[in-house]
Amino acid sequence: MSTPARTSRRSGIRGGETASGWLFTAPMIILLGLFLVIPVLMALWVSFSDWNGRGSPFGGTVSFVGLDNYSALVGGGGLAEQDFGTALRNNAWYVLLVVPIQTMLSLLLAVLVNRQILRGRGFFRTAFYFPSVTSSVAITVLWLFLFSSSGAVNKLLAFIGVNGPNWFNDPSGVLHNLLAAFGVDTGPAALTGNTFLGISFWEWLAGPSVAMSAFILMAVFTTSGTFMLLFIAALQNLSGDVVEAAMMDGANGWQRFWRVTLPQLRPTLFTVLTLGLIGAWQVFDQIYTGTQGGPGKTTLTPAYLSYQAAFTNQAWGQGAAIAFILFVIIVVFTLFQRWLLAERGVSARRMRPYLPIPTSGGSK
Amino acid sequence: MNTTVRTRERTVSPSRRLRALSREQLPNRQVAGRSLLYAILIVLAAIYIAPFLIQVATSFKTDGDAASNPMSLLPQTWSTAAYERLFLNSDFPVWFQNSAIVTVFVTLGRVFFNSLAGYALARLHFRGRNLIFALLIAVMSVPGVVLLIPKFLVINQLGIYDTYVAMIVPLLTDAAGVFIMKNFFESIPASVEEQARIDGAGTFRVFWSIVLPMARPALVTIIILSFQGSWNELSHFIVATQSPELTTLTKGVASLASGQLSQGTQYPLKLAAAAIMTIPVAVMFFIFQKRIMNTTDGAVKE
Repeated sequence: MSTPARTSRRSGIRGGETASGWLFTAPMIILLGLFLVIPVLMALWVSFSDWNGRGSPFGGTVSFVGLDNYSALVGGGGLAEQDFGTALRNNAWYVLLVVPIQTMLSLLLAVLVNRQILRGRGFFRTAFYFPSVTSSVAITVLWLFLFSSSGAVNKLLAFIGVNGPNWFNDPSGVLHNLLAAFGVDTGPAALTGNTFLGISFWEWLAGPSVAMSAFILMAVFTTSGTFMLLFIAALQNLSGDVVEAAMMDGANGWQRFWRVTLPQLRPTLFTVLTLGLIGAWQVFDQIYTGTQGGPGKTTLTPAYLSYQAAFTNQAWGQGAAIAFILFVIIVVFTLFQRWLLAERGVSARRMRPYLPIPTSGGSK
Repeated sequence: MNTTVRTRERTVSPSRRLRALSREQLPNRQVAGRSLLYAILIVLAAIYIAPFLIQVATSFKTDGDAASNPMSLLPQTWSTAAYERLFLNSDFPVWFQNSAIVTVFVTLGRVFFNSLAGYALARLHFRGRNLIFALLIAVMSVPGVVLLIPKFLVINQLGIYDTYVAMIVPLLTDAAGVFIMKNFFESIPASVEEQARIDGAGTFRVFWSIVLPMARPALVTIIILSFQGSWNELSHFIVATQSPELTTLTKGVASLASGQLSQGTQYPLKLAAAAIMTIPVAVMFFIFQKRIMNTTDGAVKE
């Protein structure tokens, strides 16, 4: 920060800091460089090559194929394109449902649990947060049991007279099922006749399959606790003055929440939404453990498809290409987040006069 | 809060006073509202807890009982067959041992390397520091799941595929952890360490015996995150190993789920495995519960 002070100090008690600085950061630089930066560069090369997994990808038998791997995915017209389109469709529906639901639920939980006069606050917080600490593998195993055809969820549905589906074996799209209930079994020719990424528009609009819906519920179950904590922290940092002023002006509880509290939570809301977006595009563990993409490829996701292409089908170039396309999708969302957070700077500055002076450790 | 409202009301306009009067009726409505709040919370909590209770209960059932009474919280006949099978008649102990080994080394490694790098980035003035920090931020934004193939490539190239080295070393430091430590070191006053420097202590000495003991709260955060992270890690072990002796719990239980060890559904067995797998992180969670519930705001606030 203060350059003059820095240079004058260097010869004094801070002598030799350059050496120790590099020495202290060396393990981190080597580890992250070796297992993160270099691998990404290697994979970038593989995505432009025809390596089939045998020998080294840098050996003489491997040749440069340009954008072939990428074009096979986004315009090849073959199975690769169809699978990639299906995986994108599945994951897009997953994101579209998981992100809003988990955000709303976690905000609701935070608001409910944040009451000062609530008895058993600790218990409720623990109950809502606990699913977040368990591993996705363990939760998936549990989910496979709860959502099996004669499992607990279907027993519960039978109580209220609903004949539950065979969750993880049902490839039918939820929206298609909804339309079928109204007698619409096939889409208009405009939708069924035209395709994008190898699957028809009608198929794009199928909605998540019943199997994917179970994964969507699972994601909401496991992430809402984490995001609840973020919202609780934000709620506790809000000053009570504004709410009190609104109370004085006769605003009821509902108005106070929507007009006073929620606008102040905007930065946290954006953080939760974008963290959710980034996380929801990376579905892998659940699919690997639970369904391996089935039934009918309706739980295939780009992350799992990338793994499958490389490790199972030995199409390493294609697998790496899928990973990089996914990377771009996620980076776009991260930039989107940056852009939204840039807006936060303005509102935070405007809010500053109304916020209490931050004291260390006194944020309870 | 109520008292301040009252005192202010005395000085406000008549219309306000009217509203204040109507608030007198609130107690009744408040009781109703409070009951509704508790009802909602209890139902929600039941939904969140029930799956785990069902899990534990089912792990003590027989296969037939689990299939016909999937919701009951009490087994018809208590059976520990699933646990006996897991511990005496399967690779489960090996998986558990591997997960434990990896978790211990990764956690120790991260505590040391993250704080070392975090301290240097926060406190030491050296040429290239800003560049390193910029790269760290860039690295942090790389989503983990796109690293599956890249990690395999480098592990394969280095000739360490299917070894403990491949399982542990790539996880020994993480960008987010370094970032947390850097933030923490920036928040504590520099005067103490400067005193030690004047007394002639070397940089590492200052770090090891003065700064690190002061960093206990942040180190606990690192321990919690890396314990949870490495115990629950799946994808890295999928691409780093293949032999049964190196299978971790996550990988092993995932293979159970897809039916590799068992004939038929065998839900008690699978759920018992998943339950045991949850115990260490659950214990960790309950030990540091207060910290986890409060630290998150400190860790995320930036």
